Amino acid sequence: MFSSNKIILEAKNISKYFGTITALENVNLSVREGECLGVVGDNGAGKSTLMKVLSGLYKPSRGELFFNGNKEVLDSPRDSQNLGLEMVYQDLALAGNLPIGENIFLGREPTKNLGFLKILDYKKIKEMSEAHLDKLKIHVKSADQKVEELSGGQRQAIAIARATAFNSKLVIMDEPTAALAIKEVGKVLDLINGLKKIGVSVIIISHRMDDIFAVCDRVTALFQGTNFAEAELSKTSRDEVIGWIMGKK
Amino acid sequence: MVENKKEKKESLFLKAIPYFDKYGILLLLLLMIIGLHLLQPEVFLSWRNVTNVFKQISWQSMLALGVFIVIVTAGIDLSVGSIMMLSLMVLAITSKAGAPWYVVVLIPLVIGMFCGMFNGLGITILRMPHPFIMTLGTLYIFRGTGNLISGGVPISGFTEEVRLLGNGRIDLTWLGLKESQYLPVSVVLIAVVFFLMWAFLNHTRTGKWIYAIGGNPNAARAAGINVNKILVIVYSLCGLLAGFGALILAGRADSGYPNAGLNAELDAIAACIIGGASFFGGRGTVLGVFAGVMIMGILRNGLNLNDVSAFWQQVLIGSIIVVAVYVDVLRKDLGTRK
Repeated sequence: MFSSNKIILEAKNISKYFGTITALENVNLSVREGECLGVVGDNGAGKSTLMKVLSGLYKPSRGELFFNGNKEVLDSPRDSQNLGLEMVYQDLALAGNLPIGENIFLGREPTKNLGFLKILDYKKIKEMSEAHLDKLKIHVKSADQKVEELSGGQRQAIAIARATAFNSKLVIMDEPTAALAIKEVGKVLDLINGLKKIGVSVIIISHRMDDIFAVCDRVTALFQGTNFAEAELSKTSRDEVIGWIMGKK
Repeated sequence: MVENKKEKKESLFLKAIPYFDKYGILLLLLLMIIGLHLLQPEVFLSWRNVTNVFKQISWQSMLALGVFIVIVTAGIDLSVGSIMMLSLMVLAITSKAGAPWYVVVLIPLVIGMFCGMFNGLGITILRMPHPFIMTLGTLYIFRGTGNLISGGVPISGFTEEVRLLGNGRIDLTWLGLKESQYLPVSVVLIAVVFFLMWAFLNHTRTGKWIYAIGGNPNAARAAGINVNKILVIVYSLCGLLAGFGALILAGRADSGYPNAGLNAELDAIAACIIGGASFFGGRGTVLGVFAGVMIMGILRNGLNLNDVSAFWQQVLIGSIIVVAVYVDVLRKDLGTRK
């Protein structure tokens, strides 16, 4: 929709070995601004490993990462966050015992100075998270509600809100609809389309062809740790993509 | 009309749940105080007895607070009693060797903190499968070390300055009170330490991260929080508080003795559990720990005053743990959807 030709993230010849196991071998991947890229592949194809390399959780054994054309070496997820890349994990990585607002700002809480002490600014946390949730049209009773009181779809929405709260340019989502009730899936997909409209790029890992074909602009398939096939969404079909997952062209 | 009324009543009941959740344990404490007062109207709420209770719980409350922050991270520290004993023994030896009072006062805090740090590093760097195992090991290691350096015999007699925290009195005669109505320094100390811990846990980033780690360590890690670093800080802080306990106990007992803090870790854990801390982490309040410590202290004191045997005290404290946690289970059934 907004998709420009500016490449925001490029991974070149990424290989990752765990001891004698080859998880990734010479994998390439690129995402344009405002684009949604679907990444498909069977279990063990290397999707999650590749995403963890992109987010800085794993260091690649070989290969290079470019953000906005600049080569970057990531030492931790903090580094990729600082470059505008956020990850929404499959287990959502939310602390159920904390309220929505504190989850959104976890690790980056706004503070105010009290003399030489830095204390949490609860008012700012609440105001900023409510404003952000409004922007994304996510409806909850209050930002003070604990995350464990929310439904699966609401939690997914909060995880996405968390990923986009700091002007991120690219959000990686690992199976964002896998654990959701059917009527909640639509809301999450709407949310992803909303992100694209405001120029945020999205990478989605999914097994569900419905998701891929509802939000993606392009789809790429991994097979046994290598690039297998790639196409613009308009130039492929469900059956073809399912074939790629199973290693058939 | 009738239905409306019923609805209103129900929503009032639902609204009361979070308050009950927060302050229910204080209600139990209050009921106990009233009950014991009715049983012993002359003695129980007398100045002397109340300050006595506070003096008795002074060092236990430090251990409980230390164990509490560890429990918030879904961990456990079984070694606090031994850390306190080792710190106390080092204090006694330093004092006997004639070191200046400020060294004698500081040394148990330093020793305690390092013992805690040792636990924390073992759990994170050695990647022990559970804090239970690491601290079970150090429970023996620290107590053994304490016995090795002291020869397993009591070392007694400390200076006034060293005994201040555990034995000091704040004179209140200027308020028109009698000389026997003094304020023990340990009461002030408990208030200050509990307040500082409350402020730390609820109003600093590190405190918030401690709760986050207890709620979901993966979420904390994904949020860029250095979980291992925070855990080392938490266990060090727990050790530091045990060292504080040693300093208070030194003042109270005027002696370093080999049985100091024996089984005290279990009392500390019990106080946290009674106070509403969850073993699964992320849940519990400083106020709750205070209530838990008070309930155990008052129960022991009240039963002693009423001439109930120590064996019954054990049975009652055990029962309170089970009942308190069962009430928590019932509350959770009401409060959250699973």
